[in-house]
Amino acid sequence: MKRVSMTVNGVRHEADVESRTLLVHFIREQLELTGTNVGCDTSSCGACTILMNGQSVKSCTVLAVQADGAAVTTVEGLASNGDWHPVQKAFHENHGLQCGFCTPGMMMAAVGYLDENPAPTEEEVRLALEGNLCRCTGYHNIVKAVLAAADDMGS
Amino acid sequence: MKPPPFDYVAAATVDEALEALADTSVETRPLAGGQSLVPMLNFRLAVPERLVDLNGIDELSRIEETEDGGLRLGAMVRHRQLEHDPFIARRMPLLSEATPFIAHPQIRSRGTVGGSVAHADPAAELPAVLLTLGARVRIARRSLGGEPGSRVERTVGLGEFFLGPFFSALEPDELLTAIEMPPSAPGEGTAFDEVARRRGDYALAGVAARVRLNSGGVCDEAAISLVNGGATPCLMREAARTLVGQEPTPEVIEATAAACAATSEPAADMHASEAYRRHLIQVLTRRVVSRAADRVLT
Amino acid sequence: MATAEKYVGGGVPRKEDPKLLTGQGQFLEGLTLPGMLHAALVRSPHGSARINSVDVSAAAAAEGVVAALSGADLADEWAAGLPMAWPVTDDIRIPDHWPVAQDVVRYVGDAVAVVVATSRNAALDAAELVEVDYEVLEAVVDVEAALADGAPRVHESFDDNKSYTWALTNGDVDAAFAKADVVVAERYTQPRLIPNAMEPRAVVAQSVPSTGDFTVWSTTQIPHVAKVLFALTLGIPEGQIRVIAPPDVGGGFGSKLNVYAEEALCIALARRLGKPVKWVAGRSEGYLATIHGRDQVQEIEIAATSDGKILGYRVHILAAMGAYLQLVAPGVPLLGAFLYCGCYGGEAYHFECTGVFTNTTPTDAYRGAGRPEATYAIERVIDALAREVGVDAAEIRRRNFLPAGDMVQSPGGLAFDSADYEPALDRALELLDYDGFRSDQAERRAGGGRRQTGVGFSSYVEICGLAPSQVLASLKYGAGGWDAATVRMLPTGKAEVVTGSSPHGQGHVTSWSQIAADALGIPYEDVTVLHGDTHVAPHGMNTYGSRSLAVAGVAVHNACGRVVDKARGLAAHLLEVAPEDLEYEAGTFSVKGVPDRTKSMPELAFAAWTAHSLPEDSEPGLEASCVYDPPNFTFPFGTHVAVVEVDTETGAVDLVRYIAVDDCGPVINPVIVDGQVHGGVAQGIAAALYEEATYAEDGTLETASMVNYLVPSAAEFPSFETDRTVTPSTSNPMGVKGIGEAGTIGSAPAVINAIVDALSHLGVTDVPMPASPERVWRAIRAAQGGEE
Repeated sequence: MKRVSMTVNGVRHEADVESRTLLVHFIREQLELTGTNVGCDTSSCGACTILMNGQSVKSCTVLAVQADGAAVTTVEGLASNGDWHPVQKAFHENHGLQCGFCTPGMMMAAVGYLDENPAPTEEEVRLALEGNLCRCTGYHNIVKAVLAAADDMGS
Repeated sequence: MKPPPFDYVAAATVDEALEALADTSVETRPLAGGQSLVPMLNFRLAVPERLVDLNGIDELSRIEETEDGGLRLGAMVRHRQLEHDPFIARRMPLLSEATPFIAHPQIRSRGTVGGSVAHADPAAELPAVLLTLGARVRIARRSLGGEPGSRVERTVGLGEFFLGPFFSALEPDELLTAIEMPPSAPGEGTAFDEVARRRGDYALAGVAARVRLNSGGVCDEAAISLVNGGATPCLMREAARTLVGQEPTPEVIEATAAACAATSEPAADMHASEAYRRHLIQVLTRRVVSRAADRVLT
Repeated sequence: MATAEKYVGGGVPRKEDPKLLTGQGQFLEGLTLPGMLHAALVRSPHGSARINSVDVSAAAAAEGVVAALSGADLADEWAAGLPMAWPVTDDIRIPDHWPVAQDVVRYVGDAVAVVVATSRNAALDAAELVEVDYEVLEAVVDVEAALADGAPRVHESFDDNKSYTWALTNGDVDAAFAKADVVVAERYTQPRLIPNAMEPRAVVAQSVPSTGDFTVWSTTQIPHVAKVLFALTLGIPEGQIRVIAPPDVGGGFGSKLNVYAEEALCIALARRLGKPVKWVAGRSEGYLATIHGRDQVQEIEIAATSDGKILGYRVHILAAMGAYLQLVAPGVPLLGAFLYCGCYGGEAYHFECTGVFTNTTPTDAYRGAGRPEATYAIERVIDALAREVGVDAAEIRRRNFLPAGDMVQSPGGLAFDSADYEPALDRALELLDYDGFRSDQAERRAGGGRRQTGVGFSSYVEICGLAPSQVLASLKYGAGGWDAATVRMLPTGKAEVVTGSSPHGQGHVTSWSQIAADALGIPYEDVTVLHGDTHVAPHGMNTYGSRSLAVAGVAVHNACGRVVDKARGLAAHLLEVAPEDLEYEAGTFSVKGVPDRTKSMPELAFAAWTAHSLPEDSEPGLEASCVYDPPNFTFPFGTHVAVVEVDTETGAVDLVRYIAVDDCGPVINPVIVDGQVHGGVAQGIAAALYEEATYAEDGTLETASMVNYLVPSAAEFPSFETDRTVTPSTSNPMGVKGIGEAGTIGSAPAVINAIVDALSHLGVTDVPMPASPERVWRAIRAAQGGEE
């Protein structure tokens, strides 16, 4: 067992983990933050995307011990003081989700991307989301939502 | 999705990492970005006894200029840095051009230059691109019987580094610490392209090219390398030679492309046959060499 | 009913969203119960093998393991094998299908043992310690090879690999072909597809040993159907099983329209061990153990006049069933059997289908189920006819459309509820700017560049609203096609809608709230929709086949009508007038001519609850139910258009525009309908360009993970252009039809037709699905006289 400490959604956590524990399992099972979903086993689908030190990563491909000392943001940490993040609002207003399983990872990828490119084109948004699979929406309204969020955040 | 049990050491310095690797009684693997290794652990395709995590080693994350004006990329420089760093875009535009083809943004957040090279995957973009740029690999290990902290270092040309699929010149007690590239000369142009089934997938085939034209428009030097064109990331020396001493006319480039396809050794898999890959190599070589030459001329 | 429509037809944001956007979704993987155990399965690595022995002793001794059991150990748990509910012919061969194989494994992934432990990791670790001795047998994975003489038999007890042959004939087919000027014959392959709902399957089963009661949570589309079938499979009295589809189920597309080995197994283990047992599929495990779709070989022939009028159809298909018959697998081709004539006319029609066993994961209904296959065949072959007779691809469709009208007789034998196909085609052509496109195409061809462009059409009609129970009976379907709703006004003036549908992303909570809010004249926010729990919603036939709105939604609508009827009696009583003297609008009854004498629905709800003063023969409460069994299917239709650019050197295809004009009748929520079209279209495009599950000859699934099975991302699609025509259905009082599968049904042929069109000047007439760059390149080479 290894002792890790990390800040998740602004709250500092310390815990003992097995070296082999994946970050996503640590988040879901030890921190009981079950908003981050697991959709594959090959780092393909992006459902488990979180922000680690501000950058989007697939939490199924990072060991929990590697996040020692890191600042992690999950979907549960997107809203602040009860106000939804512009990306959450835009997904709601643009019907950017259906079953909602890919949505947390999709939004975290979008939030990470908009931080580095606040005014993207549609083409850029599509490329930025290439690591996140959705089976319900055909991506149309997801892309629309991310562009709307960018507008909202820019204005 | 559950890695096998292993011991874990987080190294804070290169010497700590070398110290751990030097103890060969425990099967130890360095953990860089983990974007290939962790999925392999998840499927238990890799079962190391111990991982040495390099992520805390600051000295491996630097991008710096070498004494001869070239570029040194620390082993832990992330793909994401290559993609976005304006210094890289200015000095080695081929890296900025090719990096977005590597996997997905989240994977590029973690994936590293050293990890990609050490993994020696013939289907990966970065090894091919670095070959085209004439890169060398810096390798270190703890000196046998020396004081703790004493190192033996060696430099290997990337062309000699790749020995087979997922097999390199790196010894179990060695650590890849940096990639170095000579400075780009005036009159140089580079380009990269690939065809993949989906964006972010391993390429069915990809081609990187670097050409240098003299003031008369004649090619002085050329390098072409292939993604998924053989058992290792490979430099197509014979094909490149057909350009040297020639003006890059469509006819000359076509001959180069044909030579490249003819001397490539792509493998078949469920996504493409050998014949189609060879065809793609020819088409992409033609396009990429033309584009590289155009970039010099414009 | 004279209500003011406030919500129906409007794109209100979904009620489902807030929890899903904040990480509070209630997906099954997050469910933990006290004392819960975890199951891991050991699966066959062989396509066909005899099990000589299973040694679970090392696994049983491993840390944390509670039980390790082979198929033989579990044999006494089953009152019956896994169910198959659609025996399409009297002589269909139905093999035994045990949740855990006992003697022979028949596909890679067939379960051979299970390990139950105190944690998922311990179960997975110990599963690796189970030793199975196999005698490997020859496998067969291809439908045509499976029917060849001397082919290895998937089931030794049957003489060959045929499960059934089902046929349908209307009119004199030979006569139609005899008088034809042209006959066009084509052969198409429908690749095997993996549905890939983003949430992998999971199940938790809990028993109460003292009472023999069971609660089963499953990521299912069919909690009510599953309850009946769990009872039969496990020999548990039906009244002692409660099945719950969790509040959030992460997509289905047919893959959760089944009764699976792991569900039966977790119930059996919970019974055996007296503790809750959970199983969660990994994605790659799910690729082996969750149904696949399609995998058919189609031969279609059409007879026509020289000006392209179709006279007759002959269709022969081979449909892979996989190693066993899953829940409705034999019926999947029948859902397409009536549609190989599409939205076109003709005099005669023959369809024949043979279901074939292969050593592969069982197939079953995947989004569209039979209809995408049929639509693909007719929409491809009509393009071939257009080329043959030299008629434009849009024009040939127009020439053959069935006439507009209600209950239009199709050559396939069904009467289409409401047909009007030309306006959708016209609108699609207008959105495309067809003339402009053709001139751009001509310019590019003249330029001879390597990027050529093409357009493809697909005018589809499909079957939804499953279904009239009596029609299902004639097709030998094992259940009815009705659905149920209960609507109750609560004392505080709010309403509760209990539905038999079981949504898993479709937004029924939102749409049903819109229907009820308008009918009851209360705010949308005041409607609660309950679903997916057999203790809460006692009746239901659940969600598949684009049936929810046209059956369960209509049941909600009708139940609301009955509540309003009952409220009218109460209002009349309280206002001391005759019921017919009341007007009803927007939730308020008013006395005709005396508009200030009113009773609102909330007032009546409270009065019905207090029951202080009720009309004679009236009971307290304001509640009504409806079980709706539709008189006919619904037949949505539309025209889809794809525009592609093809790199003629590499064969790479770029989809540059996609236009969908659909007619699903009146729309409850246009935003949700567009979303269904987008998602459906994306899955059809994915089939056309990317996805295909392939097997090696020994039965190994080659595309065994998301790395090699190519689910496309946002980077592979353009934005979609959608529009609608509105032709109400005559099959239900709302005129609604269903939209869940239309996109998938319409899209694949449009894309392939577009690729063929882009390359037609090079002589290309066919590119198989999925149209990978290599396949496109090979098609060009073959057409140019090079080797294929």
